[in-house]
Amino acid sequence: MSAAPATAPSEPGGRRFRVGPSVGLLPFLLYILVFLLIPTITVAVGAFQAEDGGFSTEKIRALWSETALHALQQSLVLSFASAAVGAVLGALLAYLVVTAPPTSVVRRTVTAVCGVLAQFGGVTLAFAWIATLGFGGLLTNLLADVLGVDATGSGWLYQLPGLILVYTYFQIPLMVIVFLPALEGVRPQWREAAVNLGASTRQYWFQVAFPLLRPAFLGSALLLFANAFAAYATAAALVSQGAPITPLLIRAALTSEVVLGQANFGFALALEMVVVVAVVMGLYAWLVRRTSRWLS
Amino acid sequence: MTGTALWRATRWLLLLVFAAFFLLPLVALLDFSTKVPGTGVRSGDAWRALTQDPTMTEAITTSLLLALLTVVGMVLLLVPTMIWVRLRVPAASRMVEFLCLLPLTIPALVIVVGLKNVYAWVNYLVGDSPLTLAFVYVVLVLPYSYRAIDAALSGLDVRTLAEAARSLGAGWGTVITRVVVPNIWTGILSAAFVSVALVLGEYTVSSLLHYDTLPVVIVLLGKSDAPESMAAALASILFVSLLLVALSFLDRRRRTSEGN
Amino acid sequence: MKVRTMFVSLVALTSSAALVACSPPSDDNSGSSSDAASATSVDDFGTMDDLVKAAQDEGELNVIALPPDWANYGNIIKAFEDKYDITVNSDQPDVASQDEINAAKQLEGSDRAPDVFDLGQSVALANTDLFAPYQVSTWDDIPADFKDPDGTWVNDYGGYMSVGYDSSKVPEVTSLDDLMGSEFKGKVALNGDPTLAGAAFSGVVMASVANGGSADDIAPGVDYFAKLKDAGNFIPVDPTSATIESGQTPVVIDWDYLNAAESAKLPNWKVYVPKEAPIAGYYFQAVNADAPHPAAARLWEEFLYSDEGQNLWLAGGARPVRADAMVKAGTIDKAKYDALPEVSGKPVIPTNAQTEKMAAYLADNWAKAVG
Repeated sequence: MSAAPATAPSEPGGRRFRVGPSVGLLPFLLYILVFLLIPTITVAVGAFQAEDGGFSTEKIRALWSETALHALQQSLVLSFASAAVGAVLGALLAYLVVTAPPTSVVRRTVTAVCGVLAQFGGVTLAFAWIATLGFGGLLTNLLADVLGVDATGSGWLYQLPGLILVYTYFQIPLMVIVFLPALEGVRPQWREAAVNLGASTRQYWFQVAFPLLRPAFLGSALLLFANAFAAYATAAALVSQGAPITPLLIRAALTSEVVLGQANFGFALALEMVVVVAVVMGLYAWLVRRTSRWLS
Repeated sequence: MTGTALWRATRWLLLLVFAAFFLLPLVALLDFSTKVPGTGVRSGDAWRALTQDPTMTEAITTSLLLALLTVVGMVLLLVPTMIWVRLRVPAASRMVEFLCLLPLTIPALVIVVGLKNVYAWVNYLVGDSPLTLAFVYVVLVLPYSYRAIDAALSGLDVRTLAEAARSLGAGWGTVITRVVVPNIWTGILSAAFVSVALVLGEYTVSSLLHYDTLPVVIVLLGKSDAPESMAAALASILFVSLLLVALSFLDRRRRTSEGN
Repeated sequence: MKVRTMFVSLVALTSSAALVACSPPSDDNSGSSSDAASATSVDDFGTMDDLVKAAQDEGELNVIALPPDWANYGNIIKAFEDKYDITVNSDQPDVASQDEINAAKQLEGSDRAPDVFDLGQSVALANTDLFAPYQVSTWDDIPADFKDPDGTWVNDYGGYMSVGYDSSKVPEVTSLDDLMGSEFKGKVALNGDPTLAGAAFSGVVMASVANGGSADDIAPGVDYFAKLKDAGNFIPVDPTSATIESGQTPVVIDWDYLNAAESAKLPNWKVYVPKEAPIAGYYFQAVNADAPHPAAARLWEEFLYSDEGQNLWLAGGARPVRADAMVKAGTIDKAKYDALPEVSGKPVIPTNAQTEKMAAYLADNWAKAVG
């Protein structure tokens, strides 16, 4: 599937219809259309259909039902909590790394490890935490032997608190990857200038560096938020009882054998997800553009 | 403040705390997968089962093949397109960037919910095999691959290279494959490795389309044979880590060889 | 700007295509004779031997959602394979009834589509247009309540909702209220999510009936589980053989035949069916109208409803639907039949309408109670 060569030579006489070079984009555009845009349009259309196929806002109205709203609220809480913790701790780790020379072992190891953990699928991470804090897990046994504490207790790992913990595990590396370039953009000249003008370390940080880094930090935090909101695999592997968050509610709508005919409700929920993520990503794009003014 | 002994000590302490946090679950995976459940007896059975259990070996093969197909598809789709955009249709670069980053905004879960009709056609035309997942996976890896290849292309003066090659009589095909590609090779490799990582861990689409890839089988087996699942999970993370470490070495070699 | 125009027109074109929601032409069933696909009983083939031969010519059978330790399906599949020399492809053993229908629709026309279904009540009755009617040779032995008059579906095996527990870890269970006690802290698990899985749904119905509710009112059941959760006794873990054997879920609310399968493995595992709340549930067999191997599908049905098949289900602790007729004829495996947990009182089998009402209530209230 390589790009087609131009059918008309490029000409300086620009008024001619230059179909030629654009044709080379056709394979790519068609592919995206078929495998990305059609499914999205199908979801958007399906959300407005009733079970028999006619137009109806019934499923959209069902988004305001208590179960759906509760799931949405939990999703937002999960995304916010894991993004907040991930952003703060990730920024800290990024700072620890950026103060090391570029070719040091520490820097390369941390960047590589963060690359793995951030991109890697949620199933492995869910199982890693089950092996740690689940029944018969490493930490569970340790805590039981040393402190006599029962860590699994109420099965918190398989509900919202557990999800927040496991999500943070991949949010921190993602934050490091996304925020590191911004930290690298902080020039030592600013530090020197501030010191020259008599600023103390504390003043430098709170009045110079933090305000400059704030858009990048918030932007990265938003990215983490969107990432957590859209995540499915970790929750699917971890949670089997109940549908505490929206993605799991979608799973329930598609696979339930008790409450039938929910496929269109699943579409409506999916549409809701896209809207939330799109809003967050829009904010992120705006913040990135603001950041690049100072730190490029 | 940087450089004082206290700061250096704090820094190392904090790094150690982070390291412990990140290593703990991986060590736990190792611990769980080498124990017989319920007892404290150590055994390598779960790891041996990785190569012997037919469900598992089939899933591993499927996932590896899918990773390969996805990388091939991504390279064939994305590299010519991005080079073409830079050389011939610069006006389209914002649109291509937007489309490539779109999968970040449209979650995989949403894509798979709306995928039924498309995949009915795919199954009709191409047959019904887990390897057809590669079509969707190429879309899922687009954002990361785009960034990697874009970074590589930005570091190159593509126009000059292309003009030079064209003036020497090369056709567009030659320009793309024999002039530009060798120069962005590390970018392509970087995109390829990230794609492999993503495909080996992808669960959303494969589970909801009912195909048995490695993550799906890990979850399935987790219900009946937990140590084997844990072993598979750890093995896949180690495999991907090795790939990415290899990538960082490749990167370093390129930098040192060009960096004089 | 030319690029944008092209892009926009392409989007418009494909959105209209998507809106039309076209699906590909479905393949004709290749290879198999249409005679087999429309056979409604063994007479359409001739004799039983003709059916066996037609099935063996097809050589394969696709089944789905049949875990090996669910009502002894592992041995049933093996017995079928050995007896008729037909390969059984057991796909996705862990999925639920709705996934069976989804798979049939998704794989329509392909060789991988499921040939037969074993479904929960709601899903079965909602999808009868996908089934081909077929009456097995032992049709008359099956009570009228347990089959569709045309043969579109027929109940295969059933059981009662029960509480399975490890008697070495918890005290004896004599009523559902016992589970509220402090000795059960962090120990009680339900097989699945009641808004997703039929088995868990029936578990909540059992709790409801035991606490003053009925097949029309599941609210007391939801309240029961809410209290169980508040007491810290209910854990949101999916029980499997692995979790039972490792001791993670010492108390499991599940069908009695599934708990019985655990008793066979764990000597201390006991099964209790509440006398005041015998919730019965039967599963539904049906043949896929689009089965890629129609003769093998029908032979499978014949096998399941033969004495051998029914006794194999009994060996898994389930109550085969022909049990009464087989007891009279003396062909039932008496020892295993007598070993089934004792049930007194009138069994409660919710109708489809009642199930729908209860499911709607659950969908609105379960997450609040337990989430």
